[in-house]
Amino acid sequence: MKQVFARPRTLLDVPFHYCPGCGHSLIHRLVAEVIDELGVRERAICVPPAGCAVLAYNYLDIDMLEAPHGRGAAVATGIKRVRPDAVVFSYQGDGDLASIGTAESIHAANRSEKITVIYVNNAVYGMTGGQMAPTTMLGQVTTTTPYGRDAALAGYPILICEMLSQLPGATYIERCSVHDAKHILQTKKAIARGFRCQIEGLGYSLIEILSPCPTNWHMDPPAAHRFVKEEMVKTFKLGVFAEPRLGGDAC
Amino acid sequence: MESKKVLFSGNQAIGEAALRAGCRAYFGYPITPQNELPEYMAANIQRNGGVFIQAESEIAAINMVIGASAAGVRAMTSSSSPGISLKQEGISFLAAMELPAVIVNMNRGGPGLGNISPAQSDYFQATRGGGHGDYRVIVLAPASVQELMQATMRAFELADKYRTPVMILGDGMLGQFREPVILPHPVGEIPERPYAISGAQGRPARLIKSLILDVQKMEEHNWKLFRKYELISRKIAEAETEFAEDAKLAVVAFGTAARIAKGAVKRARADGMAVGLIRPKTLWPFPSKVFAEVGRTCTNFCVFEMNTGQMVDDVRLSVGAEAQVHFSGRPGGVVPTPVELYRSIAKIYHRIKKEARP
Repeated sequence: MKQVFARPRTLLDVPFHYCPGCGHSLIHRLVAEVIDELGVRERAICVPPAGCAVLAYNYLDIDMLEAPHGRGAAVATGIKRVRPDAVVFSYQGDGDLASIGTAESIHAANRSEKITVIYVNNAVYGMTGGQMAPTTMLGQVTTTTPYGRDAALAGYPILICEMLSQLPGATYIERCSVHDAKHILQTKKAIARGFRCQIEGLGYSLIEILSPCPTNWHMDPPAAHRFVKEEMVKTFKLGVFAEPRLGGDAC
Repeated sequence: MESKKVLFSGNQAIGEAALRAGCRAYFGYPITPQNELPEYMAANIQRNGGVFIQAESEIAAINMVIGASAAGVRAMTSSSSPGISLKQEGISFLAAMELPAVIVNMNRGGPGLGNISPAQSDYFQATRGGGHGDYRVIVLAPASVQELMQATMRAFELADKYRTPVMILGDGMLGQFREPVILPHPVGEIPERPYAISGAQGRPARLIKSLILDVQKMEEHNWKLFRKYELISRKIAEAETEFAEDAKLAVVAFGTAARIAKGAVKRARADGMAVGLIRPKTLWPFPSKVFAEVGRTCTNFCVFEMNTGQMVDDVRLSVGAEAQVHFSGRPGGVVPTPVELYRSIAKIYHRIKKEARP
């Protein structure tokens, strides 16, 4: 019988700790599939963040170095510069990348470090219990915006792809989503492009992935996925913001 | 060692010694009075096969050190007081993850922005770990440009040997004055790091982390680090003594202050006073044993620092209960003269003599 579906080699055979309906487990799997398909498992080094995905090292069977909160891009830079043949990627949430780690994120992009950043945006601080994130949308209720995010008090959701794509060093920037099958496949393609952008030595790549957080959004998984599709994409427009010139690029 | 002497500033000497110690990654951010060091590395590390990045902040720099060190390369950063404060989170992570690294602090006047003059006001921060959590950092306190070079070579060696961050504590005077030095021989073999992340090729995947949610395991890790620090304390504590054998009063000073103290002690000796000098060369671990030895014949100690007396506690803990610990110092970037210290020494010395008379 022909096997049509299997666990990727890079993904360890353990149950995820993530909440039902959370996007992280899906995204972990996509990353693992891409690493397998590009044949780079033995060259891959992941820098997990502080946040829900800190435990990524329990799931991916590759070398890992945990970064202090927000410093993923700087840690990944240190690794990549001394090991240029490694395939180095940071995996970061919105609080990690777009709030406490803003400086590191902007400057790694600006230097066009040959790293890939998997940036998971769920508009909320998940691990700490649902506080306002830099990406929390206007009017969105969180534990620290109990009356909804008010721009006059808490500013606006920060648009990382739009910001970074202004930099000449940002080689490949794309925003995707994992709210349905079609978008999941598109996200996988984007992750693959990001890794190829690095492998081909073109420069910095960042893939922002809109991801549901049913627990902290106080929704069931289907409702959370609908919320990404119907609400989140209004603030965070999907698309390619900086296009790499990959060799033989069919995407 | 090569025999020819060459003129080097302290900051440049650290850079040259680091290259000779096999440092192949330097990350830093401009701050006075240490800028000559990143400048030296920018000019020289690349042709030695290394990497230099002027980071966007001191925080980014120490995190790049984490990455490069974990990837198996001898890495360093340098800064001065406010910048060192910013690096403390990263230093805590280095200690927790047991990663080697060398950090240079060219201490300036503080707190706050303070000034750029020589000071020793970061003694507490340096010797008590500096960041959060239960850890220590090895602190070397050289007092000349030649010693800065030796300390740099030693710092890389100790960092690898004990898998721990090592700090070189200097100040703007040590960093910026020039002295003739004999260049140290480049190191031959640099020890492999069997824990380095390099891609899981032909071996199980490696993980370097500091998150330990299980409290039993975290406690175990704390005790493991503690045992390592105990071992380091036994093995590497070091101090130099001068005129200590018959001293009735021992001046205690490190770094730049020790150079001033040397002048003052010689002056006191010339005037017939039985004054000696203890110069700690490691600040953590503190060379307590040397104090116990000197303390057999000497019960008066005068701590001399360019701060308000941060080393006094360590000296008190190292001497007997009957010993008197005095203090003389100037904070804020003021560099006292040997004559000024001599006057303080003479005052204390004559008081001791008077009290000693029946």
